[in-house]
Amino acid sequence: MSQQAAPAVATPPAPGSGQADGRTARRPLALRLLARPEVGVFLGAVAVLVFFLIAAPSVRQGSSMATILYQSSTIGIMALPVALLMIGGEFDLSAGVAVITSALTASMLSYQLTLNVWAGVIVALVVSLAVGAFNGWMLVKTGLPSFLVTLGTFLILQGVNLAVTKLVTGNVATDDISNMDGFDQAKALFASSFDVGGVEVKITVVWWLVFAAIATWVLLRTKYGNWVFAVGGNKDSARAVGVPVTFTKITLFMLVGFGAWFVGMHQLFSFNTVQSGEGVGQELIYIAAAVIGGCLLTGGYGSAVGPVFGAFMFGMVNQGIVYAGWNPDWFKAFLGVMLLGAVLINLWVQRTATRR
Amino acid sequence: MTTNAASESGTHGAVLKDTSPEGEGPVVELRGAGKSYGNIRALHGVDLAVHSGRVTCVLGDNGAGKSTLIKIVSGLHQHTEGEFLVDGAPVRFGTPREALDKGIATVYQDLATVPLMPVWRNFFLGSEMTKGPWPVRRLDIARMKRTADEELRNMGIVLDDLEQPIGTLSGGQRQCVAIARAVYFGARVLILDEPTAALGVKQSGVVLKYIAAARDRGLGVIFITHNPHHAYMVGDHFSVLRLGTLELSADRSEVSLEELTNHMAGGAELAALKHELAQVRGVDVDGLPEERDLTAPAPPTSTSAPAAPTSPTTTSAPAAPVPPAPEGK
Repeated sequence: MSQQAAPAVATPPAPGSGQADGRTARRPLALRLLARPEVGVFLGAVAVLVFFLIAAPSVRQGSSMATILYQSSTIGIMALPVALLMIGGEFDLSAGVAVITSALTASMLSYQLTLNVWAGVIVALVVSLAVGAFNGWMLVKTGLPSFLVTLGTFLILQGVNLAVTKLVTGNVATDDISNMDGFDQAKALFASSFDVGGVEVKITVVWWLVFAAIATWVLLRTKYGNWVFAVGGNKDSARAVGVPVTFTKITLFMLVGFGAWFVGMHQLFSFNTVQSGEGVGQELIYIAAAVIGGCLLTGGYGSAVGPVFGAFMFGMVNQGIVYAGWNPDWFKAFLGVMLLGAVLINLWVQRTATRR
Repeated sequence: MTTNAASESGTHGAVLKDTSPEGEGPVVELRGAGKSYGNIRALHGVDLAVHSGRVTCVLGDNGAGKSTLIKIVSGLHQHTEGEFLVDGAPVRFGTPREALDKGIATVYQDLATVPLMPVWRNFFLGSEMTKGPWPVRRLDIARMKRTADEELRNMGIVLDDLEQPIGTLSGGQRQCVAIARAVYFGARVLILDEPTAALGVKQSGVVLKYIAAARDRGLGVIFITHNPHHAYMVGDHFSVLRLGTLELSADRSEVSLEELTNHMAGGAELAALKHELAQVRGVDVDGLPEERDLTAPAPPTSTSAPAAPTSPTTTSAPAAPVPPAPEGK
């Protein structure tokens, strides 16, 4: 191929069209490292960890660290698909209540029809994926911003959660399902814990890290990951070169649905019952964890590792304040400062690293 | 090197037909094609034929319908009237992917690149090379980087760091990456949407050289521009669009650069206004052509023409410095 073209193009091109003329020189390793989306949040997470290790001596115990990791994992499992979606250029405000929708579906279906809980779990998965697919389909078909589409879904789900639960159980919470068939199996999968050197670690921590590893691999090493970056970075260009934009966007929303299902199942099998009004406000925590994790709110840039550290910072601060004996009322204020700080650091790091 | 390294991913089937002799029917042909958006007729009655190894220039002022025309051919929009044939068979593309599978590749004005993604990822975007069985099928990163580097070097672009975001390259470099990508992926027809519009004189010359190179490799090129000087350097056929329809469709032998420029610059309209303009003080109308000179294909006698290659074999000529072109707006 190149042989044929050689006569025409082998001649040196006009100056300025390329060549190693010093303008495309390799940037120093340190700068290229800093340009990675997860480096800023990694440094931030280390700083927060060190801070609380000093400020709150009880954090140094293994059991405290296990609690912190557990707290982080429940945020982190959802922050991962939310981050992928954000890299794909959209966000999902319904992610918080979708978790509760999933848990309510599984719980009420199993209890009311006296089925094996696995039936409820499977139906809940279908419902969660359907909610995600609906979000994506609406977005693609109408061309509306995801903020509006998912705000609508958020309100719908919030209302449906409360209304249907009251209709079915006559209460705002579902009935205890801990005596139902299959409960122990499901609990082992979603909400068990195991022993590591005398410290009880929740299984969600393992799932969190496994999902993060899979997400990283998919994002950086597969076609689909390439498409995610492309549809977030420039949707029209992606479509023009043959990337299936509609497919990518809808599956990203369905991935959030999957995350909501998983966390919903965890909550159900941890507490045996679900409060129908919960979940509101969680979606912003997930989005914040993704943004702190170095994902660009406008899409096209980010990583799956960053949100892991982002979620860890959340868990660390959340529990660290308690261990330090401070008034937990300050938690949200602390988070806000952390979010702004992280965003500013990210901004500064990216500007420094991409300056040429 | 491989002639069609994309065979593994199997996403695009168009392989360059090395043997297609000239004189065969056109690869892409429009017959009376048009496009309406609601009650707005953006394009109507357009005939266009693209042959292998020839450069078909489509010229026109802003809003003349150039973009609509290429969007039909590249599969972004569908025509609402007339016929669109590829290899003699009527087609109707639903997505750009279908056009790509037929070997019709488009280099867009905005270059269809994702600025924050690395050069090599942009090069293979939408047609990624993969390896491994399904559950663990993954990008063949080493092969993609190596191939992208080779292809770019063939186009005269040497990048030390293919990981740098493509947004950090210059306009000319990005243009060449986009052309190299289209050529690599076995395009039979290459559509270039205003490739020289945003470039300086020298970089335009480089891009024109690659257009000639693509033509010599047997590709049919549709070169969209509003610069008649650039068009005349490489073009074999010229179609001038005005208000959504063809104003002029002439082979190189039938039209001179001057006539082309006049058509492009709204010369026909200006000539019609010459009489009125002459009444206005301070408007110099001497240079304007008479209306009768401009009535469609000019007699062949007027083709003394500026030096530019008419034969597809002379490739070096277009690489000559481009004269600073008075923009036809």
